Amino acid sequence: MTELVIIGGGPAGMSAAVAAYDAGVRDILILERDDSLGGILQQCIHNGFGLHRFGEELTGPEYAWRYEQQVHERGIAYKTGTMVLEVSPDKVITATNPTDGIFQIQAKAIVLAMGCRERAKGALNIAGTRPAGIFSAGTAQKFVNMKGYMPGKNVVILGSGDIGLIMARRMTLEGASVKAVCELMPYSGGLARNIEQCLNDFNIPLKLSHTVVEIHGKTRVTGVTIAKVDENRKPIESTKEYIECDTLLLSVGLIPENELTEGAGICLDRVTSGALVDQDRQTQIDGVFACGNVLHVHDLVDFVSEEAEIAGQAAAQYIADGLDTDMDAVLHTDGKIRYTVPQRITKAKDTNVYFRVADVYKNAKITVLKDGEVLLTKKKMRLAPGEMESLKLTAAQLAGAKEIKFGLEVL
Amino acid sequence: MYDVAIIGAGVVGAMCARTLAKYDVRVCLIEKENDVATGATRANSAIVHAGFDAKEGSLKAKFNVRGSEMMEQVCRELGVKYKNNGSLVIGFNAEDRQTLEELLARGNANGVKGLYIAEKEELEKLEPNLSDTVECALVAPTGAIVCPYELTIAAVGNAMDNGADLERNFEVSAIEKTENGYRIFAGEKAIEARFVINAAGLYSDKIAKMIGDDSFDVHPRKGEYILMDKACGSMLKNTIFRTPSKMGKGILVSPTVDGNLLAGPTSVDMEDKENTATSAEGFDKIIKEACENVKEMPFRRTITSFCGLRAVGSTGDFIIKAENGFVTLGGIESPGLTSAPAIGVYATELLAEQGLELKEKADYNPIREAMHHFREASMEEKNEIIKKDKSYGKIVCRCEGVTEGEILAAIRQNPKALDLDGVKRRTRAQMGRCQGGFCSPYIVELLAREHGMAYEQVTKSGRDSYINVGKTKEV
Repeated sequence: MTELVIIGGGPAGMSAAVAAYDAGVRDILILERDDSLGGILQQCIHNGFGLHRFGEELTGPEYAWRYEQQVHERGIAYKTGTMVLEVSPDKVITATNPTDGIFQIQAKAIVLAMGCRERAKGALNIAGTRPAGIFSAGTAQKFVNMKGYMPGKNVVILGSGDIGLIMARRMTLEGASVKAVCELMPYSGGLARNIEQCLNDFNIPLKLSHTVVEIHGKTRVTGVTIAKVDENRKPIESTKEYIECDTLLLSVGLIPENELTEGAGICLDRVTSGALVDQDRQTQIDGVFACGNVLHVHDLVDFVSEEAEIAGQAAAQYIADGLDTDMDAVLHTDGKIRYTVPQRITKAKDTNVYFRVADVYKNAKITVLKDGEVLLTKKKMRLAPGEMESLKLTAAQLAGAKEIKFGLEVL
Repeated sequence: MYDVAIIGAGVVGAMCARTLAKYDVRVCLIEKENDVATGATRANSAIVHAGFDAKEGSLKAKFNVRGSEMMEQVCRELGVKYKNNGSLVIGFNAEDRQTLEELLARGNANGVKGLYIAEKEELEKLEPNLSDTVECALVAPTGAIVCPYELTIAAVGNAMDNGADLERNFEVSAIEKTENGYRIFAGEKAIEARFVINAAGLYSDKIAKMIGDDSFDVHPRKGEYILMDKACGSMLKNTIFRTPSKMGKGILVSPTVDGNLLAGPTSVDMEDKENTATSAEGFDKIIKEACENVKEMPFRRTITSFCGLRAVGSTGDFIIKAENGFVTLGGIESPGLTSAPAIGVYATELLAEQGLELKEKADYNPIREAMHHFREASMEEKNEIIKKDKSYGKIVCRCEGVTEGEILAAIRQNPKALDLDGVKRRTRAQMGRCQGGFCSPYIVELLAREHGMAYEQVTKSGRDSYINVGKTKEV
């Protein structure tokens, strides 16, 4: 029996481990599939991490190192090169690595922190051939930053997610020519600061409402046909344009990696594709918590760390004396707001509710209703799907609620 | 000097090689690509047809029924997954019913066992996810599914383990008759053999013309497919065909032996034998018809789409003949996969008629260890394997749970995987939800190390399908 097993040694897993340790848990084991701790941050060598947490701009590996040091200082145990194969509903974890073989651990509490993966090309049904030279942006990032190899010289990027934007700059700095970034939606899914620093600063065109309609090339990509799309996102025939390139990078969305979660029988939120959780990030199974990108995709690692601390502290409390509940309220949204995390409140305590909007809204008002009564309102100049928002609800505000509803109104 | 050269390492050539490997015969399997199973064998419906489709008395009918009967044992020997899941040909109206009656009669005449027509009530129990508008169906209990490239790789591997050679990247450019046989050229390179089997699929007409046989042509007919996540395969047990019409056989929906769900193929006659591009119209057709066949098709869980080219012969039937020690196996389109084991046996008989002496080898071993044997072992067995070889404890492809040990085996065993697609077809690594996003950089490293190549020399599928164009700072 291990008191707390944390699945994933990225920023979420490490932060949860540190928080749980500081809240008194000593018997902690982090299981990490890669050969070292740090998760995806290891390949994110650009800066901009940690502005909220540390008040400075760190690179991904530097940010990860801050937490890795804390893990080391506390003597928290971890196993790298270890892949978890299964989590059972009664908290038995099956994992494998070369030295231990396949082994099982009974945990008292589990924190799920497996992160997310990129949507692959297959999901898009792009017409044309399937030559070499089509990569997800994160795979290209791994080739360039971790292996030191260039996946191509002339690049078109489909999707304007943050990794795609970062890779537009990275490939340019490494000497490649980025011909265009095509975005299906009329707005970018990335952070405003990344559009500025990664595209505009390098004169890389961002083609909004555009998509790739065909891939050309037999053995290696030789070009792509792009087209503008109408309001129903259907390509407009007359706008087709051929771009010669040897590489197509895809940055078309991130999906939480919840195969283990589903295998444990935990219900997922259809919108976030992560577990349904309460304010402590506890899933429907007592003692199983989820945090970070496996729960919902974050734009900034700072908020991953913040969320993971909540989960780590709650896991510590669960292990020590169990978690008490004093209410059961469901959080709803109105469609303009796509989701909230948490989706339930089971204890009246100060809670930061994260949420994302469905479209770009300017000059909007967010209203939170408690059982039909206005609890608070907040005006926002600009809201975009690519930027996660949060609102703090206090214990007093939450107390006794049955239903909390988040709504948005454009003024 | 070989006894037999087989041109084309698709499923037909592979089955010929494996059949010949039983005998004391020097065999060389010639392939123009970097790997086996890259032509029509790579992308098709993966079905072992029961045999009710082909016209009575045709070669297609004969080899289909024989091949279908042989397939299970062949798969067992080669350690290849085979599932006798059954086929249904669904009908929506009276006209369809009439066609199904005809198919039933034809199937009976062809010697297909167990065929009957089932009504709506029975079908609701048999296959609850069929569309509500389905009225009746021809049930073919002998229908089965198999993975065509897994079968081909295993057959070639088994033939090689029994002494056959595989010559890759050998694109036949000319064939010369010699005193004792044939000299086969690929530019400057040449291979000599006493006998030749032409199993060149789409290019079997081109090869035939090299020896002066212009009696037939082969043209490509494109078939596009959409493949869905492993979570979806269990929604159907049977392979679901539509009733064939003047418009063709239409879109089928089938589970695969690996548990995915497959929908397709389209059917478009082409000219370019290399054009495997998918099309937006193709996707629309697949989605529309599949949704007519099956309720709630999970297209939102699509993981990839692809296109294969059928080798359609100009005679309407398989073109199988032998003359001057040269065996032609041309126009082997559907049901070619099913027929392949029977064609392999028949081609060997033809060679014997042509004068090849067939003496059985004393040490012939028909058995090949399954590529998936680690995956299907118990936890205790797996730990025994890991104790001996630690690389089996390391998961490389997280989506399909493929270990480094399995990938190394695929790179080292006959026929060795030389590129990323080769590893994919042998192990399923890169074939899951993320489509190689996480694991491909590491598999490139393993391929480079094992084959002594530079990292940037590793390809996706041979030729100039490079994954990387050079080192950073140097391009």
